[in-house]
Amino acid sequence: MSQANEPKKKKMSLSRRHNLTGWAFLTPATLMIAVMSFWPMIQAFILSFQVGKANDLRFGGIDNYIRMFQDKVFMKSVGNTFFYLILQVPIMLILALCLAQMLNNKNLRFKGLFRTAIFLPCATSLVSYAIVFRSLFGVDGFINSVLIKLGILNTGYNFLGHATSAKIIIILALVWRWTGYNMVFYLSGLQNIEYSVYEAAKIDGANPLQTFFKITVPLLKPTILLTAIMSTNGTLQLFDESLNLTKGGPANATITMSHYIYNVSFKYVPNFGYAAAMSFLIFILVAVLAFIQMKVGDKRD
Amino acid sequence: MTKTKRMNALMYVVLIIVSIISVFPLYWMVIASTNKSVDVTRGTLLPGAAFIDNLKSLFAQQPVQRAMFNSFKYAIILTLLALVICSLAGYGFEIYHDKGKDAVMSVLLLAMMVPFVATMVPLFRLFSSAGMLNTTPAVILPTISTPFLIMMFRQSARSFPHDIIEAARIDGLNELQIFFRMFIPTMRSTYAAAMTITFMNAWNNYLWPKVIILDDNSVTMPMLVANLTEGYVTDYGVLMLAVLLCSLPTIIIFFLLQKSFAEGITGAVK
Repeated sequence: MSQANEPKKKKMSLSRRHNLTGWAFLTPATLMIAVMSFWPMIQAFILSFQVGKANDLRFGGIDNYIRMFQDKVFMKSVGNTFFYLILQVPIMLILALCLAQMLNNKNLRFKGLFRTAIFLPCATSLVSYAIVFRSLFGVDGFINSVLIKLGILNTGYNFLGHATSAKIIIILALVWRWTGYNMVFYLSGLQNIEYSVYEAAKIDGANPLQTFFKITVPLLKPTILLTAIMSTNGTLQLFDESLNLTKGGPANATITMSHYIYNVSFKYVPNFGYAAAMSFLIFILVAVLAFIQMKVGDKRD
Repeated sequence: MTKTKRMNALMYVVLIIVSIISVFPLYWMVIASTNKSVDVTRGTLLPGAAFIDNLKSLFAQQPVQRAMFNSFKYAIILTLLALVICSLAGYGFEIYHDKGKDAVMSVLLLAMMVPFVATMVPLFRLFSSAGMLNTTPAVILPTISTPFLIMMFRQSARSFPHDIIEAARIDGLNELQIFFRMFIPTMRSTYAAAMTITFMNAWNNYLWPKVIILDDNSVTMPMLVANLTEGYVTDYGVLMLAVLLCSLPTIIIFFLLQKSFAEGITGAVK
C-alpha cells in the first residue's frame, strides 16, 4: 500500500515544488516593477490632487486637472505632440515596411550593407543625434552652407527659429533615428513567412504593389500592431529631441508634453502636484490609443 | 523582362539613397570632429587636421574621463542585473506557467503604458528622502526590470525544448542549475539581442540621470554632451567630437553583436 502511494505523493510534491520555483524565479522582476512603476504611479495619482510649491502640499481636489486645460503652454505641448504623432508614426512605419520588403528580396545584392546602413542611426544616442541635427540645421550649419553655395539662399535660414520648419525638422530627425529600428522587426517577421509564398505570387503574375498589400501587410499584421503601439507610446513620451534639438522653441512652438512636465517639475519652481496631473493625461492617452489600435488590429482579420 | 529590370534598378536607387541619408549625419559628425569650428560652418566634407586640438580642448573643458567611466559603470551594472533578473522571470513565467502566473504577467504588461514622466517625481522623492541622490543604485534601479525584456525572454523560453529540462532533472540538476547551465547557453542569441537593447537604452538614458544626478562627479556622457550646448558660442569641432565619443560605445556594441541581434529579435517576434 504505502509503496504504491509513495511515488504518487512524491510526484505531487514535486510539481508543487516546481510551481513554487516558478514563483521564486519571477518574484525579483515582479517586485521591482511593482516598486519602480506601479507604486510611483499610485503616488503620482494621489499627488495629482494636491496643490502647492515643492514639498509644501495640500489637498486641492481636481484643481490641477482644471488648470491643465486652461494652461495655454500645456495645450500647445499636447497639440505639438499629436502633430508629431500623426505625421511621424505613419510615415516612419510605411517607410520601414517598404524597406523591409525590398531587403527581403532573395536576389538583392549587398543586402547586409544596406541593412547595416539603415539600422546604424539607431546605435546613436538620442542626445547625440538631436545635437547633430541641431548643428546640421543651424543658421551657420551644414544645410544652410550648402543651400547658399547652390544659390538657393542668400543668407542662412533659421530653420530652428521658425515654428513650422522646426517641427518638420523634429519629424525628420525622428524618422531618421527610428525607421531602421522598426524595419528590423519587420524583417524578422518576414523571415517567418515562407519565401515560396512570394515566388508563387510572382508566378501568378502579381506585381510588387499587390504582393505588398496582399501578402506582406496581412502576414505582418501582429508585428505592425506591435510597432504601432511602441511608436505611439514613444512619441507621446518624447523628451530628448524637444529638449536638445529645439530646446522647445521658438516660443514653445515645438515643446512636447514630457518636456513641459519636466520643466514644471524641475526647471521652474517645482509644482509636483500639477506635473503629476499632466503626466496622468499622458498615461490615459497612451492607454486609450493602445486600446484603439488593438481593436482596429483585431477587426481586420 | 525590361519592366522587372527597371523595377530592380529603381529598388537599388531607393536603397542607395536611403542608405546615404542614414549614414550621412554620422559621416558629418566624424568629419566635423576633425575640423576647426570655422571649417565646419563653411560646410567642409573632408577630414581636417584639428582632431588633436579638439580633443585637448574638450578634455580641458569637460570631465570626459569621469563621464565615460560613470556611463560605463551604470550601463554595465544595469545590463548584467537586467539580463539575469528579467530572463529568470521570463523563464519562470513560461516554463512553470499556470493561470496565476499568466495573470501576473498581464498585470506587468500594463507597466509598459506607464509614462516615465509620471513616475519620475515620486521616484525622485523616494530616492532623495532615502539620501540616495547621485548614487549608482538610484540611477539604475528604475530601469532594471522591464516588461519588454521579460516578454522577450518568455517568448524565447517557448522554443526551449521540454525534453532538455526533463533530461536535466533526471541527471539530478536542480531547477536553478537547469536555468543557468541549459537555458542560458542555448539562448545565446536572445541574450545578445537583449544585451544590445538594454546596454543601448542604459547608455542613452538621459531624462532620469538628469533628474537624479545633481553633482558634477556623477554625470553621464549624454549629460556632458548636452551641457556643451548650453553656452552662447558653439565650437562645432569640439561638440561633434563629444557626440562621437558618446556614440562610439553603442556603435561598437551594435557591430559586434549585430548578427546575434537580428537572430534574437527573430526569435522574439515569432
